[in-house]
Amino acid sequence: MSPKGAFPDLTSGRRPVGVVSFAQYDNVRREDDRNEVEMLLPVVGEVFGNIGITKDDVGFICSGSTDYLIGGPFSFVAALDAVGVWPPRAESHVEMDGAWALYEAWVLLQEGEIDAALVYSFGRSSMGDLSQVMAVQLDPYYLAPLWPDPTALAALQAQAMIDKGLASEADFAAVASRSRRSALGNPKAQVAYDRSAESLLEEDYEVAPLRRHALPPLTDGCAAVVLAAGDKAYEWCERPAFITGIDHRIETHSVGARDLTESPSTRVAGEKAGVAKKGVDVAELHAPFAHQELILSAALGLGDGVSVNPSGGALAANPMMSAGLIRIGEAAQRIWSGQADRAVAHATSGPCLQQNLVAVLEGV
Amino acid sequence: MAERAAVIGIGQTVCKSKREDVSIAGLVREAAVMALEDAGLGFADIDAVVVGKAPDMFEGVMMPELYLAPALGAVGKPMFRVHTAGSVGGSTSIVASHLVASGIHERVLTVAFEKQSDSDAMWALSVPQPFSAPLLAGAGGYFAPIIRAYMHRSGAPRDIGMMVAVKDRLHALKNPYAHLHLPDISMQMVEESIMLWDPLHYLESCPSSDGAAAMVIGSEKAAGAAQAATGRPPAWIHGMAMRSEPTMFAGRDQVNPQASRDCAKDLYGQAGITNPRKDFDMAEVYVPFSWYEPMWLESLGFCDEGDGWKLTQAGATSMVENGDIPWNCSGGVLSSNPIGASGMLRFLETALQVRGLAGEHQVDGVRRALGQAYGGGSQFFSMWVVAADKP
Repeated sequence: MSPKGAFPDLTSGRRPVGVVSFAQYDNVRREDDRNEVEMLLPVVGEVFGNIGITKDDVGFICSGSTDYLIGGPFSFVAALDAVGVWPPRAESHVEMDGAWALYEAWVLLQEGEIDAALVYSFGRSSMGDLSQVMAVQLDPYYLAPLWPDPTALAALQAQAMIDKGLASEADFAAVASRSRRSALGNPKAQVAYDRSAESLLEEDYEVAPLRRHALPPLTDGCAAVVLAAGDKAYEWCERPAFITGIDHRIETHSVGARDLTESPSTRVAGEKAGVAKKGVDVAELHAPFAHQELILSAALGLGDGVSVNPSGGALAANPMMSAGLIRIGEAAQRIWSGQADRAVAHATSGPCLQQNLVAVLEGV
Repeated sequence: MAERAAVIGIGQTVCKSKREDVSIAGLVREAAVMALEDAGLGFADIDAVVVGKAPDMFEGVMMPELYLAPALGAVGKPMFRVHTAGSVGGSTSIVASHLVASGIHERVLTVAFEKQSDSDAMWALSVPQPFSAPLLAGAGGYFAPIIRAYMHRSGAPRDIGMMVAVKDRLHALKNPYAHLHLPDISMQMVEESIMLWDPLHYLESCPSSDGAAAMVIGSEKAAGAAQAATGRPPAWIHGMAMRSEPTMFAGRDQVNPQASRDCAKDLYGQAGITNPRKDFDMAEVYVPFSWYEPMWLESLGFCDEGDGWKLTQAGATSMVENGDIPWNCSGGVLSSNPIGASGMLRFLETALQVRGLAGEHQVDGVRRALGQAYGGGSQFFSMWVVAADKP
């Protein structure tokens, strides 16, 4: 009997909600010719077009972005024109990565009054000096006045791993080498190459112990996902990537108050999402810096058999506010294609992996 | 809503021009602790925290909820951040309530704030519009032409806005948390205040405030436990709705936006409201500029189109004049405006009223109340209905 129409086991009371369509922009270093709305327009068209639906088929729209990238308030307002919310729509926005916008939509779908939702997110890193912009994300009284940039903070984290004997610079290079090699198979990758870990170690330090290869690229991009519940998921998708668990957790903010070599928020989110209940085929981890993949893999308890970041991950393209949502889309694609039966997708936010979301996707 | 949800704890700070005595964390914590105490709970009892605020540039901190996680007891928990322009306080309340209504959490703390003294909100709100000359100075500059269109359309006398300005400030005198306490407020005082954006005088505009609002949203079980522990009843949520429409396109009715009417229709359907003026005992509605009271009276179906100003003129919305449908008994946005929290203050005040805990500005016998917030260019709407009885 065909498995079509069957649903995975869910926690009692949960409704099966699947990722049924995904689209992303061609991740680029600098998009000078199009603004955010113009970038989103084809992506939203594609995410609907892939499954032959229109905005009239979704009962809710949720987006993720941050004003600080564009440098002006209400950047999400104009972005709505990429969907064209007329007649008026039920719609919301999070000042977070699109992965959390997806979470909000998933929550609403649980209540059973709507059957489908559009989620999108966008951000252009090229609009300003990202290292200065991100420093404004820090505690305004004690940390931001020092203007530490994300690379400097990540370097502290990487150094802490080395000091604890958990990893070496060669391990970071191995992650980068594998990720960029995997990215060769990702048409949306911004940085892809076939270079050995040994050759990467010849690069100069950006901020010791991090060399250029361990850093994410600066990326302009956007992404969109369609979620559908119950039978609607099968109506639009041969093999929906059902969300069998999703959870997110936050840690304290101050990097000085945390053990940066661990990610307890990822561990708890992974437990709540049920990562360890069954085997994992693929994991798409939002690890902007190479060493963070090691921390996340450990926190999620991923074994050697798991294919980690087959898309190349955030080291291949790191569009701010979308890189987390893209992990969910990349994981879902591998369920749709049958390459994976069970995938883990992860998104992060805040300095040194402060906040983390984990989703488990399963095909039937 | 799959599961019942209720407001079981409420907290708010005093609103002031400058809260220089507290940091941002100190400000939000003040409201959060008060809401938890009202619910008879501690931070440890909370499953998730949902934060809302308007543009981050108001304080100059990008995604400040990250830094606020420990101050709000969120460490180790899910923390969520909403931003939907001026309606954000309302939509944050709704996002938090869905976490309970969906059966995912039992007790959710939601907090909204703005510390506007950290920047100049007027210029932060003077956003250049595509294809338009940059003539705006503050939100009032954006809304004044829309108000003039309403006056033209409805034939309302010029003093209606001033009546709202006086009425809401008289209400604010009964609310110790309100920013503006103007005991001498009068039509003459409003008229003699400087003209900012014709027809809006200075005193027909909202203030710029520092302030925070917080609520604990609980499941049916949590609501029962809170009432047993504190003796204070919950406010049951009977409906929640949000709608958005584009900022501009030819033919858009900015005076009475379709999104507002659609949102109200959806909401009233959920809550079984057929005659808003009769079915509600009071309403807290986002009126940042005086004339928005008659405009929303019409859009929300409290009267026929074109008649909103007549309700205001007759004192129907005034608790001082014992009107039949008092609006903004707290003093409203015209009396306190920490932008990110202003919508939540509307929602929170409706819950206070149906719980009978509003103190001096309590309307007698409130069973059911409407909370509304709007934002952007009159394009984002969030609304809820709360009642003393279970849905």
